[in-house]
Amino acid sequence: MSVPLEEVKKIAGLARLSFNEDELKAYSGHLNQILDYVGKLNELNTDHVAPTSSVQDTDGPLREDMVHASLPTQEVMKDAPSHQDGFFRVPKVIQSDGGNP
Amino acid sequence: MKFETVIGLEVHAQLSTLSKMFCGCSIRFGAAPNSQTCPVCLGMPGVLPVTNRTAVEYAVRMGLAVHCDIQPHSVFARKNYFYPDLPKGYQISQYEEPICLGGWIDVEPEPGEKRKIRIHRIHLEEDAGKSVHDEAYISGNETLIDLNRCGTPLIEIVSEPDIRSPKEAYLYLHKIRQMVRWLGICDGNMEEGSLRCDANISLRPVGTTDLGVKTELKNMNSMRGVEKALTFEVKRQTEILSEGGAVIQQTLLWDEAAGKAVPMRGKEEAHDYRYFPDPDLTPLIVEEAWVREVGESLPELPDDRKNRWTADYGLSDYDASVLNEDRGISDYFEDVVRETDNPKTAANWIMGEVLRRLNEEKTGIENLKVRPGDISHLIRLVNEGTVSHSAAKTVFDHIAETGDTPDKAVEKLGLKQVSNASELGDLVQKVIDDNPDALKKYLGGKDALFGFFVGQAMQASRGKANPKVVQDLLREKLNALRQSES
Repeated sequence: MSVPLEEVKKIAGLARLSFNEDELKAYSGHLNQILDYVGKLNELNTDHVAPTSSVQDTDGPLREDMVHASLPTQEVMKDAPSHQDGFFRVPKVIQSDGGNP
Repeated sequence: MKFETVIGLEVHAQLSTLSKMFCGCSIRFGAAPNSQTCPVCLGMPGVLPVTNRTAVEYAVRMGLAVHCDIQPHSVFARKNYFYPDLPKGYQISQYEEPICLGGWIDVEPEPGEKRKIRIHRIHLEEDAGKSVHDEAYISGNETLIDLNRCGTPLIEIVSEPDIRSPKEAYLYLHKIRQMVRWLGICDGNMEEGSLRCDANISLRPVGTTDLGVKTELKNMNSMRGVEKALTFEVKRQTEILSEGGAVIQQTLLWDEAAGKAVPMRGKEEAHDYRYFPDPDLTPLIVEEAWVREVGESLPELPDDRKNRWTADYGLSDYDASVLNEDRGISDYFEDVVRETDNPKTAANWIMGEVLRRLNEEKTGIENLKVRPGDISHLIRLVNEGTVSHSAAKTVFDHIAETGDTPDKAVEKLGLKQVSNASELGDLVQKVIDDNPDALKKYLGGKDALFGFFVGQAMQASRGKANPKVVQDLLREKLNALRQSES
């Protein structure tokens, strides 16, 4: 299995990672090794196995709708590089839609 | 060439649970920034989400109310993208296997013309945080982030592209808003963002079935805004296509103040969310018994109730719609009707006095001091002749201000209707004696002046006289005078 370099670049871009050419080659290698390893699963005949996202097909735990104490705001801000009046302060984002894409 | 409009809506409704979708932080609106956050909704490493049972139940409620198939097995998926209001770097949503499939909502663009708008799916997801871009408050190249909203449970209701006009879109959205409020799962406030709507819109030549190139409209903050934005976009696309041009697929933001939709700033990349099942969450299993239980707990739904009212109570379609708009008012009317056999009179009371009063006080029906039993009691007092209709309205306002019982209010205001013929006889005689000119004309043949005498008598009694008794007495006395003249 071999993922083209272009594809690796695209995936890196989506993950906001930037690599130089050497790194790109190195990571392509890693990625392909991983895919080859996982690719072993393709040797199995899964014609009669339903697509499965979890093997724990049991009644997953649900939480009762109750409010628990949140963190104190000072605690929340402790690791923030920048904050103001209880808000996180971040560089302005280009996208102007201000919500879910 | 004539074009047909094709619209599909995506409606997000914030569920009015107490806590967030996957953690116990409160979702109360208006709290200090970032005061309702914890390691789970802040996206700290090593935490695990646990699904809110009530949020699931609310999604099932909505699904059942709009005829969806509730899926016994659905899957939460990660929708991956970077934005500062999304600290995990992904939103937990549902993708390939949502909780509700299929369904429909009926709208009525013209009286008697029913249109079925099919629902494609309803899925559960979490909301993102909020960005503040106020440049008076912060430098132009920075943004403030409040994550209180991050993790608030949402349902997204996705319609099929069945909507054929901006008006239908408005009606469909109106129905959704009415329904979520009716079910008590969302407060439906578009201005505050607890109900949000995005629209996909394209045109195609009438008679064809392939979909044209669509644009996506966002940022509409009211139901009328949705209708206006779509009307704008229909016109824009019609002009482009009529001149032989091509619509560009893009996202447009509605600018309410300018009354136009403008392309979103920033580069438009094809979204690549790389959805995959969230390994932190097991599939969501909704047992049949639970669905049945939720189904049995559903209130009578708005359209069913409306149909029952027009059929059983003889209400007009319009009156039934007005009374049925809001669950609180609708239930109030039901409570009044239960205690009176005069549904139409009850309807008039509510559409007249009750709605007027709520409007004046800018309050909800739950705060009105006049309770349903008071209205049915007032109707009875009028029917029995204890108070006149106009006096009853005065009594109503008195109850609204004091919370007195109707009987007490009537007594306090001294509005008990006088039906005693001997008592009213003197009053009527006085009115005749005090108006010799009118009397002369009446006796001379001007019958229309009868109403004048009735009015004078009612006024003299300060509205307390039983108008029917007054009329009988006047007729008797005036006829006697006419006969003695001739």
